[in-house]
Order: sequence, then C-alpha cells, then structure tokens
Amino acid sequence: MVGLRSSSSEMDLDRPNIEEYLTTDSIEESPKKLHLRDLLDISPTLTEAAGAIVDDSFTRCFKSNPPEPWNWNVYLFPLWCLGVIIRYGILFPLRVAVLTAGWLVFFAAFIPAHFLLTAHNKWRRKIERKLVEMICSVFVASWTGVVKYHGPRPSMRPQQVFVANHTSMIDFIILEQMTAFAVIMQKHPGWVGFIQKTILEGVGCIWFNRTESKDREVVARKLREHIQGADNNPLLIFPEGTCVNNHYTVMFKKGAFELGCAVCPVAIKYNKIFVDAFWNSKKQSFTMHLFHLMTSWAVVCDVWYLEPQYIRPGETPIEFAERVRDMISVRAGLRKVPWDGYLKYFRPSPKLTERKQQIFAESVLQRLEEK
Amino acid sequence: MGNASSMLTQYDIEEVQEHCNYLISQQEIVSLYQRFCQLDRNAKGFISADEFLSIPEFALNPLSQLLKMVDGLNFKDFVAFLSTFSSKASLEQKIELLFKVYDIDSKGKVTFKDLLEVLRDLTGSFMSEEQREKVLSQVLEEAGYSRNCSLLLEDFVKILGKPGLKIEVEVPVD
Repeated sequence: MVGLRSSSSEMDLDRPNIEEYLTTDSIEESPKKLHLRDLLDISPTLTEAAGAIVDDSFTRCFKSNPPEPWNWNVYLFPLWCLGVIIRYGILFPLRVAVLTAGWLVFFAAFIPAHFLLTAHNKWRRKIERKLVEMICSVFVASWTGVVKYHGPRPSMRPQQVFVANHTSMIDFIILEQMTAFAVIMQKHPGWVGFIQKTILEGVGCIWFNRTESKDREVVARKLREHIQGADNNPLLIFPEGTCVNNHYTVMFKKGAFELGCAVCPVAIKYNKIFVDAFWNSKKQSFTMHLFHLMTSWAVVCDVWYLEPQYIRPGETPIEFAERVRDMISVRAGLRKVPWDGYLKYFRPSPKLTERKQQIFAESVLQRLEEK
Repeated sequence: MGNASSMLTQYDIEEVQEHCNYLISQQEIVSLYQRFCQLDRNAKGFISADEFLSIPEFALNPLSQLLKMVDGLNFKDFVAFLSTFSSKASLEQKIELLFKVYDIDSKGKVTFKDLLEVLRDLTGSFMSEEQREKVLSQVLEEAGYSRNCSLLLEDFVKILGKPGLKIEVEVPVD
C-alpha cells in the first residue's frame, strides 16, 4: 500500500486523506477494517469501570440512608432532647424489664416441657410452639412493633414453603409471632447461636453454612425431608440469602423453588418513620442492632401474605423464583436488582468477565478477517 | 459512619475542587464523598484494592491496570481521578488517562509489550498470544509504526484525537 511506510509525523497528516492513496477495493472494505485506533480505544471499558466506582446498583442495595436530623430548630431541639431522655431513660429500661420477664416466663415453661414431656412428643411440640410464639410477641413488644398483617394467616399443611424478602433478623421474629415457622438460617456465633441451638430446634430449624460449598446439596435434601412431614411446622425461607435495605430485592436463590410444592410469598415492608430496621451485618452486631431498635419509638411495618404459587408447566425454577420475586417486590414497593446477594461475601464469578473478553476477542478476529 | 456532609467543610470542598481544576461541582464532591465513605469501610482515609473489588460491576471489568491506578487513593486524588471522566474535561486529559492506563509503570512511553498486556486483559483466553501479536503488529504497521518503536503521548493524541473520545461518567447527585 502506497504512502504507509512514511514516518509517523507525516503519516497522520495524511491519514484523513489516505483513501486517495489506496486502491479501490480497500476503500470499500475500510469501514470494517481494524485500525490501531480501534485497539487503542478502550474508552467503553474505562467508562464502565469509572461508572461502577461512582455508583453501582449492588452497593445501593445495602446503603442505609441516615435519617435527616429534625432537631435543627430552637424549639425542636429541646423537644428532641426530651425525646432522647424518654427513649433511653424510661422506655429502654422498661423494655428491657419486659424482655427479661418474658424470657424468665419462657424458660420457666420451656425447660420443664422440654425435659419432662419427652414421652409425649405431640404435646411437647405444641407447648414449645406456643412458647416460641409468645417469646416472639414479647420481643416485638420490646421494640414496640406496630405490625399490620394483611391476608390469610399461614396454615399448618405439608407440601408448602413460605418465602419472604429479608431486611433484618427481626423479620423472622415478626413472622414467628403469628405462626411458629420452621426456618432455615445461617449459623451465628454468640448468644444468637445459643438460642438457635437450643430453642429453635424445637420448632424445627435447618442450618446452613454459606462458606461450605457442598452445603447446598445437603440443605436441599433437608428441605425436601422437612416439607414431606405433616407434623412439621411450615418452613420459612428467605431466598435472598442476605439482609437487604428494604428498598431493593436481590436475586432469589432457586433452592426454595425447586422442591415441587406450593410457594407462599410473604412481603414485608418497614416504615422508616421512627427507625430504619435494616440490619447491616457488616457494620453492626445483632446486639447493637437490637439496642438501636429498643431505643427508638417504634418499629412500624406491614406484612402481606400473598396467594400460594405453583410452578407452571415449562417454567424453570429460576423463572419461578423471578416471578415470585416480582410479586413480592410489587406488593412491598421494592425495586428489583439483577445481582446475587452472595456477592456481599464472594467475588463475582470470572465467567462474567470471560464473556466480555470473548465478545471483544471475537469482534477483533472478525474484523481482522475483513482484510 | 455518621452524617457524611457534616464531616466535609466548605473549605475542604473548595480545596478538592481546586485540586481537580474545577471540573467537578461542589454538589458532586459532596455526593462523591458519601460514596467514598461508603466504599472505605474502616474510615482509613483511602480505599484499598479489595474494597474496590467488592463492587461487582468493577470486579468483572477485564482491565486489571485500572485497579493499580486507583488502589490506595485518598479522597482528593479519588476526585481528581474521576474528574477526567467529567464532560467538562478536555480531550487531551482523557487521552492522557488512556495513555497512563497503557503506560502502567510510568516510563513515559508505551511499548509493544504494554499494548500486548492490555489486549491480553481485554481478550483473555479467547485469543492466542500469537494472534494478539499478529493483530497488533498488523495495525501498528498499517498506522506507520514498527513493532519496536514505542508510542508517546503525542502519538496517542494523533491516533485518537480525531474524531475524539467519549469517556463520560455522570456523578449522581441526590
């Protein structure tokens, strides 16, 4: 090709007019031909990366907006101070007292029932169930939970699971006070773990460990066994797998949707008027979170029990999960986000990066052929 | 974490604005500060590579050089880095950023090896090393450069200057 062996400084002066020096066939091909510019220009990738640094839809799901302070006024400030005194000085000790009394009553009834009635399993389970419901009500009272339940109450039948969106561990307590659910939970350390081990075993709970890779098959098997049993409490699953800030929903894990039984969606929406109930497990321990709740005026939320759903013929479990997620998101006014909640703990799969690389490589090779 | 805007005084905002040559508005700086505090988990004053990688969209970006450029930036440099992506930034600034991504060891010139490395990041295992070398040599030759010569910033400006680059990111201001 004529004129291309000149030095670089002259070269680019010629570049806009290069077509004059080329043969006719090259001109027709040139739009698709690969130039140095095309390889050097990484601006789309750079823009994506910078865009992700500035704002990304995943971190947004876990952002808790601090409430605007309303004590910015001469007369609002003393009112606010009074409020603080009442909340920390009067309400909080009162609530702690109520909670302690509740726990005492609970243990006074639970321990005998657990150890003495081992022969009469059915009775024991009934009592334990009622006791768990009671202690959850005490918990809800301890942070003045104002919970409005909509829809038919869950019934004890086999072949059904309940799924709900997840904002904090108190979701479980709020739902449990209405019906003694069996739940599948991540094993926690400390006093929460202790409660999980002793009391919740009574209502039937399944443990999983996020960090174990083989865990999923074991858990799937346990889930299946549980829903077969007519005597077992209805199973409650939080398919997001992690706590989200109650403005968005992340992708549902398909485990609950491939059991071949009815899936009853439950939508929970917290009203942030007095307190933000989102538990950011990376920033706060559960004890601090409870303390935060107990020193606020009230926790206001709505719970909707939605119509049981069945998997449609030809629908994959993932599509089923998305359909139910849609129902819950619409009901509770949440936005859907296409990310896996587990990305909070693990890096995204390299397959996604590989896909991008594949697209780019193929386009380069294809344009190379165009010569 | 506390209330982000209360920790940033007007003086701080103006200092940062000056540092990035007034390419970012004051409101955007406040917004970016909130974002910075969100990413910098233990309030160390800079964001580590690990914290950048916890943003899934960033982690699946194939350009590994970018991480080296942003690792350990304090807030002022963070804003200065992002100011290149503002619509008010000049074309030369954007081309310079591109040049710096290629010239990761800041030698002032981009060698064939540097070009290969970035291409390797972008194509992964979907192109063999020979294919990459072949493609690069081919386009370099066509543009009038040999394999052995290195590209300087002026060369980048010439190659990418017309019709210009579009690298723009908008900072969301709530």
